[in-house]
Amino acid sequence: MPASLTPYFLIAQRLGVALITLVIVSFAVFFATELLPGDVAEILLGQAATPEAVAGLREAMGLNQPGIYRFLHWFVGLASGDLGTSYVNNMPVADLISGRLANSLKLAGVTTLFAVPIALSLGIGAAMWRGSIFDRLVSVLTISVISVPEFMVATLAVLIFAVWLGWLPALSYGADVGSWSAMLKAYAMPVITLGFVVSAQMIRMTRAAVIETINTPYVEMALLKGASRSRMVLRHALPNALGPIANAVALSLSYLVGGVIIVETIFNYPGVAKLMVDAVSTRDLPLIQSCAMIFCISYLSLITLADMIAILANPRLRH
Amino acid sequence: MSEKSLSLRLPTPRNLGYSFNWVGRIGLMIILFWGAVAIFGPWLTPYPVGEIVDWDYFGPMSDKFWMGTDYLGRDILSRIIMGARYTVGISLASVTLACTGGVILGMVAAVAGGWFDTGLSRLLDAFNGIPSLLFGLVVVAAVGSSIPVLVLTLAAIYLPGSYRFARALAVNVNTMDFVTVARARGERTPYLILQEIFPNILGPVLADLGLRFVFIVLVLSGLSFLGLGVQPPNADWGALVRENIEGLSLGAPAVVFPSIAIASLTISVNMFIDNLPTKIRDRSE
Repeated sequence: MPASLTPYFLIAQRLGVALITLVIVSFAVFFATELLPGDVAEILLGQAATPEAVAGLREAMGLNQPGIYRFLHWFVGLASGDLGTSYVNNMPVADLISGRLANSLKLAGVTTLFAVPIALSLGIGAAMWRGSIFDRLVSVLTISVISVPEFMVATLAVLIFAVWLGWLPALSYGADVGSWSAMLKAYAMPVITLGFVVSAQMIRMTRAAVIETINTPYVEMALLKGASRSRMVLRHALPNALGPIANAVALSLSYLVGGVIIVETIFNYPGVAKLMVDAVSTRDLPLIQSCAMIFCISYLSLITLADMIAILANPRLRH
Repeated sequence: MSEKSLSLRLPTPRNLGYSFNWVGRIGLMIILFWGAVAIFGPWLTPYPVGEIVDWDYFGPMSDKFWMGTDYLGRDILSRIIMGARYTVGISLASVTLACTGGVILGMVAAVAGGWFDTGLSRLLDAFNGIPSLLFGLVVVAAVGSSIPVLVLTLAAIYLPGSYRFARALAVNVNTMDFVTVARARGERTPYLILQEIFPNILGPVLADLGLRFVFIVLVLSGLSFLGLGVQPPNADWGALVRENIEGLSLGAPAVVFPSIAIASLTISVNMFIDNLPTKIRDRSE
């Protein structure tokens, strides 16, 4: 095989691994929710149900078929967009999710839009002035944000912006927002919280990536030949750190998946995560499975994207 | 490096490079403090944990109630002291399980190689593709929440990462001459793992254990915060924040202090691990 094909081979391999992972993950999600509890029919009908009723429902739901068959049935349905029917209100899961998914994506998109530029400039700045007060301040802040639970970032944000300063409402309504200012207000708290969670990682990884490039001989050479500090970083180091930085961005964005679960619950934001947490309390298994798969797919895509960027950005694999 | 050879003759912690700087020491002190609180909790609580001792709810800090009272008028200090048992205990149990399992499997995979290594690595990498909080949610949805379920779930979430870390370290040690010699002597896998590889990866593995402990504390608190972790009437720190979240708009100490407790534990572990002597830490990342 010609050497120039190596990165594409690696990417194809990575995609293959992602697909296999997805199958294993769906397997795990399905059997964790389907096989472990006593019986779905019993849960649905409650304790007062007669054995005949339970048996009838079990028959009607196809629960008597072997597990692997039901898994395949579910998996094929999932792949073709048929997500099943909710146990709780008998609506198609797809209908329940679609609107919520748009809300969640909106939240994630707005957060990304704000967090990425801020995080990148802070990370690169911290690397450029390594050891300065600015760098230490950023380091302490990012470590603190990473070491505390997401809900604490959220409660702190509520305490500061809604309770003490009174600038923003503590709850978000998400859905109908007429004017720009209303939308800004509704989104502000969740976006701020989520932005903190995501950008803390991004800043640290960006800083590390830039510093690693700064330590290479050719950047030292640039400094020795008299380039200014900012020129050395922006012109010589940064273009070569872009790959690792893009990798860091994609990887940090995967923290959105965990963060969004907490943030949507706290702010009562009508997204998929809130839907899923509610479904957990009502044990609505088809809904839980579909939401879990949505999260796993987005998480996996981001991680795989990060890996692929890392492969493409590595010039050693190109020759 | 005459200094180095001298220091080897005087095996004090400082000379061996095992001494901590003051940030690390502060971290260690706080960790030990919470450990002691968790162990001696029942003898330390000023009031019975579940008892309503104040007529007022979300009471302020006072001489009687150092950290105020919660949404029912229970003493927050007592509840935090007992909560330490759940937060520290569950996290410690799961991190021990996760790291013991991960390290043993990682070392075996590195030594054994072949299909065992490939298969296990692929499978555990796949589990790494599930976001941690989500995994917890799904399991709790399926089997309900109890302390053994929480310990096992958290251990299962962090075992793949621990495996990957230990395997990477063990693969490096496995190529060293002394392992080859031991193998040529005819030693078997258990001997290779315990006598040759394990002592040489112990330091980084312990550092990794500390970091994983922090992740577990965070996920456990997150689950409890969502109401899916430790169940009432018991409460870990995450559940305490959840219980008293109504007091947030009042700025009640009942919601502030459990949060501070979580943060102090996780930040001090991070401080301690970050300032471990490089001799122990020696992480390549």
